[in-house]
Amino acid sequence: MKKTLFDKVWDAHVVDTVQNGPQVLYIDKHLIHEVTSPQAFNELEERLIPVFRPHKIIGTADHNTPTLDQHLPVKDDLSRKQLAQLSENCSKNNITLFELGHKYNGIVHVMAPELGITQPGMTMVCGDSHTSTHGAFGAIAFGIGTSQVAQVFASQCLLLSKPKSLRVSVNGILKNGVLPKDVILYIISKLGTNSGTGYFCEYAGDVFENMSMEGRMTVCNMSIEMGARGGMIAPDETTFEYVKDREFAPKNEDFNTKVAYWKTLPTDEDAQFDKEYFFDAEDIEPMVTYGTNPGMGIKISERIPINNDPSFEKSLQYMNFEAGKSLINTPINFVFIGSCTNSRIEDFRVAADYVKGKQKAKNVTAWLVPGSKQVETQIIEEGLKDIFNAAGFELRQPGCSACLAMNDDKIPQKEYCVSTSNRNFEGRQGQGARTILASPLVAAVTAIEGKIIDITKQLN
Amino acid sequence: MEKFKTHNSQAIPLNIANVDTDQIIPARFLKATDKKGFGDNVFRDWRFDKLGDPVSNFSLNNPLYSGSILIAGDNFGCGSSREHAAWALVGFGFKVIVSSFFADIFKGNALNNGLLPVQVSERFLDHLFESVESDANTQFEVNLETQTISIEGTDLSESFDIDPYKKTCMINGYDDIDYLLSKKEIIEAFELQKTY
Ligand code: SF4
Repeated sequence: MKKTLFDKVWDAHVVDTVQNGPQVLYIDKHLIHEVTSPQAFNELEERLIPVFRPHKIIGTADHNTPTLDQHLPVKDDLSRKQLAQLSENCSKNNITLFELGHKYNGIVHVMAPELGITQPGMTMVCGDSHTSTHGAFGAIAFGIGTSQVAQVFASQCLLLSKPKSLRVSVNGILKNGVLPKDVILYIISKLGTNSGTGYFCEYAGDVFENMSMEGRMTVCNMSIEMGARGGMIAPDETTFEYVKDREFAPKNEDFNTKVAYWKTLPTDEDAQFDKEYFFDAEDIEPMVTYGTNPGMGIKISERIPINNDPSFEKSLQYMNFEAGKSLINTPINFVFIGSCTNSRIEDFRVAADYVKGKQKAKNVTAWLVPGSKQVETQIIEEGLKDIFNAAGFELRQPGCSACLAMNDDKIPQKEYCVSTSNRNFEGRQGQGARTILASPLVAAVTAIEGKIIDITKQLN
Repeated sequence: MEKFKTHNSQAIPLNIANVDTDQIIPARFLKATDKKGFGDNVFRDWRFDKLGDPVSNFSLNNPLYSGSILIAGDNFGCGSSREHAAWALVGFGFKVIVSSFFADIFKGNALNNGLLPVQVSERFLDHLFESVESDANTQFEVNLETQTISIEGTDLSESFDIDPYKKTCMINGYDDIDYLLSKKEIIEAFELQKTY
């Protein structure tokens, strides 16, 4: 039978099948962080169950960490306690942990790929919904709840029913200034936030084939925002080149053997998907969101649609936007470039390239938060930090930061923030904060202008 | 986990679509290292205003409504995978959530905590909202064994789907860890002969 990429990876990991029920799926890599793991460790301890395969688990501290003065003890009591608990749990159970300040510390979905922990053909899980990011390598990667974290600790397996398959193909050449973030915001705006529920999504077509690994990660990252459990892109030379020689990647002969296997993974021609969508690259433009879910997106040059649904109206009310109006010229006081969607070196290069020689608008606070220590170092070494400093941007230390505002990086009540993160939910970036999702380029432009402008005019 | 067979209760309506887990439990409450206490902060920013005063027109604050069934709008539980959302709902006292659609991860999290997600048709969901909104004392029955939800005092009822394995778990009060631990030998054998 013809198989999809997803089928091939899934089927290779099925340990057992419960009669009329779910399958037991083996997990190759389990990533953990401070927020969703403590209760799972407690559960095991209470039930006297040991961690089954500690060497398949890697931890990092990211959600709840400060982005300033990371060398000092964390000020917030609860955060400090949560971080200490992670360190204690990892050392007690022989789990590798890149804690705050470690040279490999970073957002879990930035750290693992750049260290070569993420590889094609793997199954990967983490107690975080954006685990879908790792699907960019042709891995099955998805977010799990804390009970499932405990299950993986106990057995290195999960009980799951195989999801249905969905393919989104985008063909053609992207216009100037249209970034991977725009591609995924466009797809979600067309398909809606629950079109993918129950499905695993494969992205196919020239647009993804021609994309860098960083771009593919941005796309797969947001699969969950259309409800899909995960997204995947077939591994190819771009993938192999990226993985090669990274810290935890297989080396020499091992690497070659793996590559030979990885090359067998792409979807067979004529394999069937349960659902398929097709888009043209030429139709995509720089995007912004105007509402409180990631599906509420428009091309930056478009007007907010008119819709009488009460949830839609509630959403616009929260954002203080009006149906039928454009976002152009909306004054913006906060810009955030960061999060596991867009905090890789490529994102900062794009921003720096635009910002070079310019000054941010006076009203704007512009935070740049790298996804990892390694990205931070790269930003400094490539001279991007100097460009940003000269323009009045603030480079902070790595972490999730204002993506979910668990630490001090909060956007004040009623303020708009043009953000490269992935969720514009009510209060996501701080109580009452209003998030507009966009690409790093749109974010950089907004910081310079102090308002949203139609960058398509500049680009043409 | 408690066993779940049937459940009778009044219900609280929450007629909003796309309720995400950030609303169910905002991120700033995720710093705890155990599962307790999340119920106090369920829907925090909808239940309380900036000054910490209850928002009177929010249904969970309305003294008319009570009970351990939440009737919610379409696409409930989307967004973050935080299981804290399920703990918060359970902590507040809910045993059943009804909606016309649930986000995947939330559904799994709910089931893993003895909270039953009941997915009904949009039409039936409208009936449920109408009954509770016109009479807050309406009783609802959720029968897991027969997989039906009904509005008492009427002949309105609908059946719902649940994964048979999950159903057995809920009825007997056992969880996936018990099952997976019983498979240890097969898992070890798999590790030795895996093909990738
Ligand atoms: S950056 Fe945001 S979305 Fe990504 S892992 Fe952190 S909190 Fe989650």
